[in-house]
Amino acid sequence: MSGPHQLRTLESIALIGIGGFAGSNLRYLVARVIPGLGGTLVVNIVGSFVLGFVLYEAIHAGVLAERTRVVVATGFLSSLTTYSTFGLQTALARGPVWMAANVLATYCLGFAGVLAGRALARRVDGRPGE
Amino acid sequence: MIALDPAQLVGTGGAIGALCRTYVSQRVDGETYPFGTLAVNVIGSFALGLVTFAGASEEIVLLLGTGACGSFTTFSSFSFETVRLVEQGESVAAATNAAANLLGSLVAIGVAWFAVRIVLG
Repeated sequence: MSGPHQLRTLESIALIGIGGFAGSNLRYLVARVIPGLGGTLVVNIVGSFVLGFVLYEAIHAGVLAERTRVVVATGFLSSLTTYSTFGLQTALARGPVWMAANVLATYCLGFAGVLAGRALARRVDGRPGE
Repeated sequence: MIALDPAQLVGTGGAIGALCRTYVSQRVDGETYPFGTLAVNVIGSFALGLVTFAGASEEIVLLLGTGACGSFTTFSSFSFETVRLVEQGESVAAATNAAANLLGSLVAIGVAWFAVRIVLG
């Protein structure tokens, strides 16, 4: 393994760590402002939308640098969103109606967020939305 | 005991969780199916269940629960990968992925609950 390669690996580790620090704190902040199921729903929708934009932008236009994508996608957004808290809140929800509603809302709005991010990425690229 | 800043606890746990997620998903991930995200979501749900049901202190919950487990698991990668499977014409795989993450997470939380009850009585 060469020197520059190790430096790049170290740089990636630092960037992912910083992204994780910031993303988890923003999730914590949102959970304090909107306690319970709502806060988790909000971060998961917003994170899915921005990740959809960042990753489809990579596929279509590729303006963002690879390093930017690592820190934003793998570090920040994946830490901002969470599956474990969503799962725990679903398991502890008040009855089957709330459980089903939480799963449906999170899944539908999360997927819609990715598609909205994709549409925005295509607009940025100058192509018509599909 | 010195009171630690919640932002430091959540952030430190979050950085560790993000790095562990990157490591696990790189080791596990298949080309055709997002096993890496499924793995971190199931493992992280089990760990969050342990931290929650064991009645850990507030600071441990912030560091390991909100920080590490919250960041280790991810919803954004899951939703992106599921949409990609649909785009690639793999609708059955997409539906399986959606169901497997949910069931895996809920079963892992249930197993954590039983494990804590057995150990703590």
